[in-house]
Amino acid sequence: MADNSIPSDGVEGFLPGWEMVVGLEVHCELKTKTKLFCGCANSFGQEPNTNICPVCLGLPGSLPVINEQAVELAIRIGLSLNCTVDKSIFHRKNYFYPDMPKDYQVSQYEKAINENGILELPLSKKTVRIERAHIEEDTGKSVHVGGDGGRIHGADHSLVDYNRAGIPLVEIVSAPDLRSAEEAREYVTELRSILVASAASDGKMEEGSLRVDANVSVRRQGSEEFGTRCEIKNLNSLRSLTRAIGYEARRQVALIEAGERVVQQTRHWNEDQGITSAMRSKEEAYDYRYFPEPDLVPLEPSTEWISEIRRHIGLLPAARRERLTALFSDVSYGPVYDQIVTAVGLGLDDLVVGAAENGADPRLALARATNEVASDIGNLPRLTIENFSGLIKLESQSKLSATQAKTVLGKMLESGADAAEVAKSLGFEALDSTVIEDLVDQVIGASPKEWERFSSGEDQLAGFFVGQVMKLSKGKADGKIVTSLLRSKRS
Amino acid sequence: MGSTVGLGACEIAELVSSKEISALEVAEEHLALIESQDANLNSFLQLSSSAAIAAAKEVDAKIARGEDPGRLAGVPIALKDNLVTRGQTTTCASQILKEWKPPYSATVVERVSSAGAVAMGKTNLDEFAMGSSTENSSFGPTRNPYDLNRVPGGSSGGSAAAVAAKFAALALGSDTGGSIRQPAALCGIVGVKPTYGTVSRYGLIAFASSLDQVGPFARSVKDAALLLQVIAGHDPRDSTSLESPFPDLVSNLDKGVRGLRVGIIEELIEGAAPMVGEALMASARSLSDQGAKVEHVSVPAVTYGLSAYYLIAPAEASSNLARYDGVRYGLRVDGQDMNETYVSTRTQGFGAEVKRRIMLGTFALSSGYYDAYYVKAQKVRTMISDSFQNAYDRFDVLLSPTAPTTAFELGAKASDPLTMYLSDVCTIPTNLAGHPAMSVPYGLGENQMPIGIQILAPALGEVNMFRVAKAIENAAPAITKGLFWE
Repeated sequence: MADNSIPSDGVEGFLPGWEMVVGLEVHCELKTKTKLFCGCANSFGQEPNTNICPVCLGLPGSLPVINEQAVELAIRIGLSLNCTVDKSIFHRKNYFYPDMPKDYQVSQYEKAINENGILELPLSKKTVRIERAHIEEDTGKSVHVGGDGGRIHGADHSLVDYNRAGIPLVEIVSAPDLRSAEEAREYVTELRSILVASAASDGKMEEGSLRVDANVSVRRQGSEEFGTRCEIKNLNSLRSLTRAIGYEARRQVALIEAGERVVQQTRHWNEDQGITSAMRSKEEAYDYRYFPEPDLVPLEPSTEWISEIRRHIGLLPAARRERLTALFSDVSYGPVYDQIVTAVGLGLDDLVVGAAENGADPRLALARATNEVASDIGNLPRLTIENFSGLIKLESQSKLSATQAKTVLGKMLESGADAAEVAKSLGFEALDSTVIEDLVDQVIGASPKEWERFSSGEDQLAGFFVGQVMKLSKGKADGKIVTSLLRSKRS
Repeated sequence: MGSTVGLGACEIAELVSSKEISALEVAEEHLALIESQDANLNSFLQLSSSAAIAAAKEVDAKIARGEDPGRLAGVPIALKDNLVTRGQTTTCASQILKEWKPPYSATVVERVSSAGAVAMGKTNLDEFAMGSSTENSSFGPTRNPYDLNRVPGGSSGGSAAAVAAKFAALALGSDTGGSIRQPAALCGIVGVKPTYGTVSRYGLIAFASSLDQVGPFARSVKDAALLLQVIAGHDPRDSTSLESPFPDLVSNLDKGVRGLRVGIIEELIEGAAPMVGEALMASARSLSDQGAKVEHVSVPAVTYGLSAYYLIAPAEASSNLARYDGVRYGLRVDGQDMNETYVSTRTQGFGAEVKRRIMLGTFALSSGYYDAYYVKAQKVRTMISDSFQNAYDRFDVLLSPTAPTTAFELGAKASDPLTMYLSDVCTIPTNLAGHPAMSVPYGLGENQMPIGIQILAPALGEVNMFRVAKAIENAAPAITKGLFWE
């Protein structure tokens, strides 16, 4: 059943009387210099099949040697998620697929390096249990040419690029603790922030360095038992994640309400059609024939090493949020708190804290960061804390109007220039308040009827006067100053 | 035949280094013999004549320049065709890799070559080293140089036959369940399976990774010791490679066996042919005559070796051999879709024994059977190690036949896999324990075929193992029979 009419934006209490249960498996590419088992560079975007060697190509006779930096970053992730870090071993996961050079994947199965952690969601204040965060190697990438929907079945031919084969991954497996698509989104957002903050991954979903599989089931509200779950593979954006989960949960409810049963399946998300479809059922599921990888020895990180890694983890999102919160007298859960969560999620908190330390108004800095800077986040590296602080100060000293400040900030992000310079080049020289007063007087003189109505209490006419002044000043007057002048002249 | 054919590795290296003979003439004489005689033996799958000539000239040039040519200067060596050689076809005696040219060389190949050895070519084997007679080669069987109607043993039958036939002074083989020791015994030469982890597996095409080990073939214990010293030692490209330095075997060889405690494994005499048992007892008496303390010892767990091995080795093999799927290299037989391509490629590319073991291993690892088979076999493996350890508390080395019989006739066991598997009953337990063991020739049986004595030692016990091997070699009756070409 493929029903496009089902809205798939997940919301709380998505269908009355039903509850969805979601667990996520997040695959995160580690930011190592080299691949997991060989000396090939860990990089993105090269010509296909140029970043390969006998080891990552699984040539006969080649052997893997574990990358110590990958283990270190995996431990960093484990510690950041409050996991127990312990001795672990590698297993082989056996199945045939063209993008897997050895036709088995080296992964951790029985004993993962990180187990039993937790992640706290900042907005819903929910604690999600982390079952494990284990190390494994990435596969190559297939491109299926011809046929339907870029899948191997029905394709005319397939091309494989092995550059990605052997890139180190950590798979973070949550317990089935999430209860809505929104919680799933919040979980991935927070997890991504943690991965970036701990410098273990660049967390770029759009480049595939963060990939999510979602296990979704539904049950009647109040039921303790889990329903039959389906796993949706390869959700590569937050939008896909929430849409796919929403769709899948509704699909399952519709099935059950129609008296049918949910079949345990692996499902594929079709972004264009907005639906999930079956890839393989439980009966067709692979028997992975896991067994301990004989070419690798157990990982036994010493407690000294683990403590050293712990010491070098930077500020994690929760601490970063506290640091921002401390700049304000009271944020509790209002809009400012949401902005704080956004700022930390986007890595803008250093900017805001830096501006505040330079004496800029934190509230204004937070607003500009989470609106204007966030909408051009790609240019963030061009914006220095000094320049950003300068801009905020110009605005709060009314040397730039809000509109002007936003325009200037946009240009600063493009060019990396200083706020005052940009303002000057745009002709945004701050208007002296005496100049503004002259303009206000001119406008009052030109519209005596409107002034009378305003004076007698028709407050909505303020906008009219401000607009007139703006027109005269070519947008250089500060709206707030104009408004207060109008008010003082009325009385 | 040329004057250098039949010389040992130590002699050749000495003569070449002192410029009494040239590496070039050594290479040319050996190549000429192989070219004229190997058609009968089929020990080589590919001969690398021009590369050998070039390598020999380089050795001579080094010596002329006054540089150190290495410990194996000019010594002709044969390489089992499951060791990858850069730019040179490496087949594993399988149709699936018939034309595969690796872009890199195995660590052991690099090590023998930088020690000055001259590689003559790649030798025949049972496909993917699975077999005990070299009859499972998809390029025809190798024959025994003492009787062309008989097998050389296997899986390293090509390497063993080549060294026995004097086509090369040395050879490298691999031993997963006896694949060096058993053919060494059947061909009347020395063959060594070192402690797991002492020799790099990088570039050895895997059969069963936790059991595979590369080792030497030679016609004397001393030559085998020399080659082992060249190839042993840590390799950062193999995670299972040991860090500890490898001891000097050659300088300890002639220390004798006085005071060494030698145990004869009772369980492994029982199934052996009487002539093999008699040779074993004679070798034991010679050790006792030279001052060793020889006793019988029971190592009961060794009798479970075969069963455990035929679960663990196929299980690992089923995974190791998955990569031969027609996608990236080797044979590809196109089908209608991906699965059909996989199936056609593997159906045509693999021989019957390889398929049998892949299926056995796939079954042993399957969900629902894993605990009953694979996990249980691993427990037996631990039990075997413990059983050996108990014996080594009281003995420095252990003795047994290398193989229950001498070389059998071609075709005699080929249709009965179980009987064939029994050829390795004496050698398999060592691989499961990861310990070293070697085979030393001890004269001929009543059928005029060579008999091998197996010396087993605890992990890293190579020094004592070689001392005992040398003592047996000193006392062994000569192999009086001529080679097929002599």
